[in-house]
Amino acid sequence: MDGLLNALVVLANFALVPGIAYGSQLALGALGVTLVFGVLRFSNFAHGETMSFGAMIAIFVTWILQANGVSIDPLPTALLALPVAILVTVGVVLLTDRFVYRFYRHKRSDQVIFIIVSIGVMFVMAGLIRFLIGPNDQIFTDGERFLISARDFRDLTGLREGLAIKTTQVITVVAAVVCCVLLFLFLTRTRTGKSMRAYADNEDLATLSGIDAGRVVLIAWTLSATLAVIAGTLYGLDKSYKPFVFQEILLPIFAAAIVGGLGSPVGAIVGGYLIAFAEVLLTYAYKRFLGHMLPDAWMPDGLAQLLGTEYKFAVAFVILVITLLIRPAGIFNRRSG
Amino acid sequence: MRTVLPFVIFFLLLVLVGVLQSWSLAFSIMNLCLVSAVMALGVNMQWGYAGLVNFGVMGFSALGGLAVVLVSAPPVPEAWAVGGPGVLFAVLIAIATAALAIAARRIFAERVARIVATGVVVAVGIWAVADVLEPATDAIEAVDPSFTGFLGGLGLPVVLAWIVGGLLAAGAAFLIGKIALGLRADYLAIATLGVSEIIVAVMMNEDWLSRGVKNVVGLPRPVPYEVGLREADWFQSLAATLPIGAVELSSLIVKGCYVGLFTLFLAVILWLAERALASPWGRMMRAVRDNETAAEAMGKDVKRLHLLVFVIGSGVIGLAGAMLVTLDGQFTPGTYQPLRFTFLIWVMVIVGGSGNNWGATLGAFLIWFAWVEAEPIGGMVIDVATSWLGDASPVRQHLMSNAAQMRHVVMGVVLLLVLRFAPRGIIPETDRT
Repeated sequence: MDGLLNALVVLANFALVPGIAYGSQLALGALGVTLVFGVLRFSNFAHGETMSFGAMIAIFVTWILQANGVSIDPLPTALLALPVAILVTVGVVLLTDRFVYRFYRHKRSDQVIFIIVSIGVMFVMAGLIRFLIGPNDQIFTDGERFLISARDFRDLTGLREGLAIKTTQVITVVAAVVCCVLLFLFLTRTRTGKSMRAYADNEDLATLSGIDAGRVVLIAWTLSATLAVIAGTLYGLDKSYKPFVFQEILLPIFAAAIVGGLGSPVGAIVGGYLIAFAEVLLTYAYKRFLGHMLPDAWMPDGLAQLLGTEYKFAVAFVILVITLLIRPAGIFNRRSG
Repeated sequence: MRTVLPFVIFFLLLVLVGVLQSWSLAFSIMNLCLVSAVMALGVNMQWGYAGLVNFGVMGFSALGGLAVVLVSAPPVPEAWAVGGPGVLFAVLIAIATAALAIAARRIFAERVARIVATGVVVAVGIWAVADVLEPATDAIEAVDPSFTGFLGGLGLPVVLAWIVGGLLAAGAAFLIGKIALGLRADYLAIATLGVSEIIVAVMMNEDWLSRGVKNVVGLPRPVPYEVGLREADWFQSLAATLPIGAVELSSLIVKGCYVGLFTLFLAVILWLAERALASPWGRMMRAVRDNETAAEAMGKDVKRLHLLVFVIGSGVIGLAGAMLVTLDGQFTPGTYQPLRFTFLIWVMVIVGGSGNNWGATLGAFLIWFAWVEAEPIGGMVIDVATSWLGDASPVRQHLMSNAAQMRHVVMGVVLLLVLRFAPRGIIPETDRT
């Protein structure tokens, strides 16, 4: 019995807890991608850079706050910086829409043109970010590091294995839940939210019913940028902030959005957790987990790892390809791909 | 006129670099321009001729680079002795798995049964490959890890590796295209981007194959070495008559040889591409691109054509990737990034003029030139713009040290401006009737 408990704690500590946090970050990112897709009908390749940009602004504001002695210990100061970062990033994204995307929207350009345009936006943002904050790592997490440290957990329960829960992981999950609840209330309860869904379902019909397309697009960008900033900052708090990472994370985010069904918010959330858990569970080394479960004689020689951690992106990709082959519209999509 | 003038301007700019900065730099830029042009031609075939979005350029050029290692690097007999049979056996198992999976798909008619059967075959196959491969690769990587630790190549001439690089990339493109080409444009873009990330991840982590992040250095060259040149009699008599130093002269001659070789390859590919575009086949490709449904109704096999052009274009990209690694003399998997190896090439094609081979070539020349020269020019601009802050200012120092990053901004702005105001590029596609 003790062995089983210890085994579960190991699994929770190294796979489940990080998986939930990572899944929340992916879900928030994928929500942003899916909202833009639902309304503007293109996959925004600049979304990773939007996340990175928001996180960068949050870091700058955090530094200013820290320099002035402002702190909300035990919580990280970055949470205080978040509203400012959201305002700035939403402003930048709306300006991009006004001066870049709007032209093509009015021309009703092909989806591919939008994708290439978003590559241009991605270049500009990537350059600005690397120019302003530099290409190196930044650690900006402060406040209490752990909600429960491994040692406290061992003392508390008397088990041999510890379960550490980082403050940033809890904040990530709480923030994701709050964001999702608010987003769904907005989409299902408010007039604006309903008009957005109507527009996403059928552009022409919605416009004919008197829905202001320009306003819907504006709101979609605002929501997408807000979610991107939150996701980017949480990711930076949880790991560390590296400008390059946000390009790599684009693939799992797209995978999450597509697996769930591009344009479907529920799908984006489910997809986010699905991809995160698949990545974590497939690249987790089960040696210690099995050590508590199996008698010594049955122990496997290696790490009992299905796939090296270096290939975790391959997991997201394989899930993506399987989805595209079997059910291209995704799990939660009524429209066909 | 519209075709020739931009090229003239480019060469004038290059001469300016030669005069103001150094001729060695001008030659280096020219070499990379030529390689980029080959890459851009590959993308142009896929996007410009057929409207296929391939965001996996990085992966195909990395495969070309890998081919240089596999073909031209000197073999490591000890590694082959300890791990060679294991690796070959694993390859055999992988091929058998693929064959069985295809067979399973033929045998089971019902959808669910087919998916389950394929899944089981693939899972067992992967497990078997991993089981055989792991001890073999461990043994290989243990062979003198600080110098070799990989199988090495075949030690064959490097120009042969370029062809192999093209074939390797084309083969990979065939497999990817078989699966992904039916997809909608944005899915294809994401899928190819994903494949390229995975290809590079494999090269970074499979040390037995490519030494991973330890890099393979000292790859053989198709042109003479500087040291060898300086010992030759004709070189010494030439150096005596010229006002520049022997070291610089030898470096210029080596770079000049590369320029000649690359120009030859570019010219051949450009000629073939132009011939293809002007032929009935090119006309058919344009018809498919402009109206797939109509072309299909006329009895054209759109799927086959897409696959063909995807494979050919990727092959050309692979060739360029091999040329690039040869020019560097080393294979460094860690340096492959999508911004530089995929999206920059796309900027070249769009800015130059998609659908026009001369346009793609010009785009490659100008964009690579801008990419290199944005660094000193950006530095100067930042220097002037922040001079009021005073030299001791940390903000100024920080911005100065990141000035090189402005090149990304320049590329993005150029791309957006061209898309907005000249969406057909500098040299637009010729309107043929």
